[in-house]
Amino acid sequence: MSAIVKLVAQRLALGLLLLLAVSVLIFAGTQILPGDVAQSILGQSATPTALANLREELGLNDPAWLRYLRWLGGVLTGDLGTALSNGQDISEAIGRRLGNTLFLAFWAAAVAVPLAITLGLVAVRYRNRWPDRLISGLTLASISLPEFFIGYVLIFFFGVKLRWFPSVATVYDGMSLWEKLNAIALPVTVLTLVVLAHMMRMTRAAILNVMQSAYIETAELKGLGQFRVIFRHAFPNAIAPIVNVVMINLAYLVVGVVVVEVIFVYPGMGQYLVDHVAKRDVPVVQATGLIFAAVYIGLNLVADIVAIVSNPRLRHPK
Amino acid sequence: MTKELEYYGKKVARGLMDRRAFMGRAAALGVSAPLAGTILAGAVQAAGPVRGGTLKAGMQGGESTNSLDPATWASDVPISFGRTWGETMVEVGPTGEIEFRIAESVEASPDARTWTFRIREGVEFHNGKTVTPDDVVKTLQRHSDENSKSGALGIVKGIEDMKADGQYVVLTLDSPNADLPYLLADYHLMIQPGGGFEAPDAGIGTGPYRVAENQPGVRHVGTRFENYWDAGNRGFADTVEITVVNDATARLAALQSGQVNMINRVEPKVVNLIKRVPGVTVRNVSGRGHYVFIMHVNTPPFDNNHLRLALKLAINRQEMVDKILQGYGSVGNDFPINASYPLFPDDIPQREYDPEKAAFHYRKSGHSGSILLRTSDVAFPGAVDAAQLYQQHAKAAGIDIEVKREPGDGYWSEVWNKKPFSASYWSGRPVQDQMYSTAYLSTAEWNDTKFFRPDFDKIIIAARAELDPVKRKALYREAALMVRDEGGLILPMFNDFIDATGPKVGGWVPDGNGGMMNDKALIKCWLEA
Repeated sequence: MSAIVKLVAQRLALGLLLLLAVSVLIFAGTQILPGDVAQSILGQSATPTALANLREELGLNDPAWLRYLRWLGGVLTGDLGTALSNGQDISEAIGRRLGNTLFLAFWAAAVAVPLAITLGLVAVRYRNRWPDRLISGLTLASISLPEFFIGYVLIFFFGVKLRWFPSVATVYDGMSLWEKLNAIALPVTVLTLVVLAHMMRMTRAAILNVMQSAYIETAELKGLGQFRVIFRHAFPNAIAPIVNVVMINLAYLVVGVVVVEVIFVYPGMGQYLVDHVAKRDVPVVQATGLIFAAVYIGLNLVADIVAIVSNPRLRHPK
Repeated sequence: MTKELEYYGKKVARGLMDRRAFMGRAAALGVSAPLAGTILAGAVQAAGPVRGGTLKAGMQGGESTNSLDPATWASDVPISFGRTWGETMVEVGPTGEIEFRIAESVEASPDARTWTFRIREGVEFHNGKTVTPDDVVKTLQRHSDENSKSGALGIVKGIEDMKADGQYVVLTLDSPNADLPYLLADYHLMIQPGGGFEAPDAGIGTGPYRVAENQPGVRHVGTRFENYWDAGNRGFADTVEITVVNDATARLAALQSGQVNMINRVEPKVVNLIKRVPGVTVRNVSGRGHYVFIMHVNTPPFDNNHLRLALKLAINRQEMVDKILQGYGSVGNDFPINASYPLFPDDIPQREYDPEKAAFHYRKSGHSGSILLRTSDVAFPGAVDAAQLYQQHAKAAGIDIEVKREPGDGYWSEVWNKKPFSASYWSGRPVQDQMYSTAYLSTAEWNDTKFFRPDFDKIIIAARAELDPVKRKALYREAALMVRDEGGLILPMFNDFIDATGPKVGGWVPDGNGGMMNDKALIKCWLEA
């Protein structure tokens, strides 16, 4: 058991180190962006004195490494600074947006992951017969269509024609959970359709791979039912690759859904980031970049750990 | 016959005719009394505003970087929301006249340099304080400070002295300006308690709604302010709500599914489709906004007036209006003023598409080779298509235009006002002086055609001080001709503002000053029962 704890601790430390490296990259990246921050805040009509004053105020005259350390110190103590464009506290603004993004991602995952795995299992059970072909065909078709197209089609039928769900998915404080779920029904459906195929195909492939093993043949020869063989005997050995692909898709649901946010008017992180990039609001871009990186690294960490724990050969390396 | 009766019904509703007289007319027209009663009820209901409900707008033009500080406003959502909670001294009404709000009257000295505004008594801020002339002066002071970064800086920096005097505010200008009230109607100049020095983004004003929720780039909500001074004319809904919907298709869907009552910026190419949707009303109004191609007159080859004339003659304006605006607009005449402006010089001949004449001037200019025109999706809706259309028009005159599509991000900082030939737009200003002062005076920051002409500047400054409308109109005619025949502006079209409302929205009045009834739709419209 202690071996696992040690492994997890090792992975965690590696993840943190990686995050630190990413923070350097983000900081360096925003430094080499064209244009001067003070200039972009004050606009074209800025006088040289006003520019000099603002540079002093923002500490832009200090060397880059000092500004980096100052920024890192702020981040570690939970202070992400204030937005240049409207003077709002970044932690507070991001907190709300991140909450919304996680809310949408959670419900999309809650629908998509079980559905994908179940469909994968069914596809294996009926492999190369019509249910398998139907499932593969439909999910591959849905992943092949651009997400904005699926979004518009759903809005047209379910929002405008049938009026089952609202086409504008804005959620805000004061809405009950039920109202919120109703509001995000369409974006959740789009995201589910977008991530389903990848996870389903991976589940199918991973289990089929295991199904070639001798012990599966033994299980079948013992006369066990097909589903029981797949679920109890093949699935546990296929967990590692499945978790990997699930985590990649979860990360996508958190960091990559700006298009869905825009067409459904959902107040998430993506739109927030895009707005601030357009205004060259560097502190916000840095903070958002760091959060996205942390989500990505964190989810991959979970995938690694699950893979190790589920595989005795990795758990007890020789 | 019922048409006639409806007309009388409206008269009754407005109090111009009494009910008994109406019934008499109805009988004379041979209409039974019950039917006449129904017609009358309908007319009265349609005439009067209805109080209550939540009026919702889905709007483009909001970003998460928006603030409640009026000095920072530049896009539709903060301005529209700002008008629900704040008010300016005066406003420009739908037909271009001055409407008095926080100020109740104004008097100018004969030389148009000293202006005395009487401040309305008993107007209350949302924090319970009463508006004083001092608040008005402080507000103007805040916007005239270079460090405030106010969008109204250019407007108020010409005020040399401002002081409160009893119930009056006295403004002295550094040079005469007959248009001062129009300038003070600028949406940045919302009167704030103490001028907003302490908390510029507190959202405390004198408007019909209090700020209830402010989530920049997402959603803004206002609830009725009970002590609003002009409750009889504005602020009919109990609650107003703006949802930021920047995607055009999502905006239309929100209107069609009834999630919002009104939307702004309907794209011309879909107008004819949504006209057929039951319950949806398209609200278009011709305005002062225009789409342009601009040449820097100080940069070769555009420093040659023959070349400029050739390029101006080589564009088919009507086709631009038909294809780019789908007919929702009007042709331009290479000066930035149209009939929506007071004192419009209406006798200047329309410049037509004339490839032969263009070819003649092109030969005279001695230019050869292609001319690079930069365009982008953000320059104006359809700017890339418009540039390509222009390229085809010019080809007929033997002029080779090379179209370069620039990325939208950075277009306004790297291309517009920097590169010698590009596509752009202007949203227009309430008066001619302001339009010319913003973009054609030698000293203007945004002189995007690099039109540096002391003789032109003199005309504009003289017109500013001229209180006689006939003389003023003659001066503006001269200025317009200079820009048209010698400037660097190619102005193919003035665009309409196109908004749309769902069923039950009452009180919509076309206002050519801007989209969404000049951003006042939420405070002037109501929800019919």
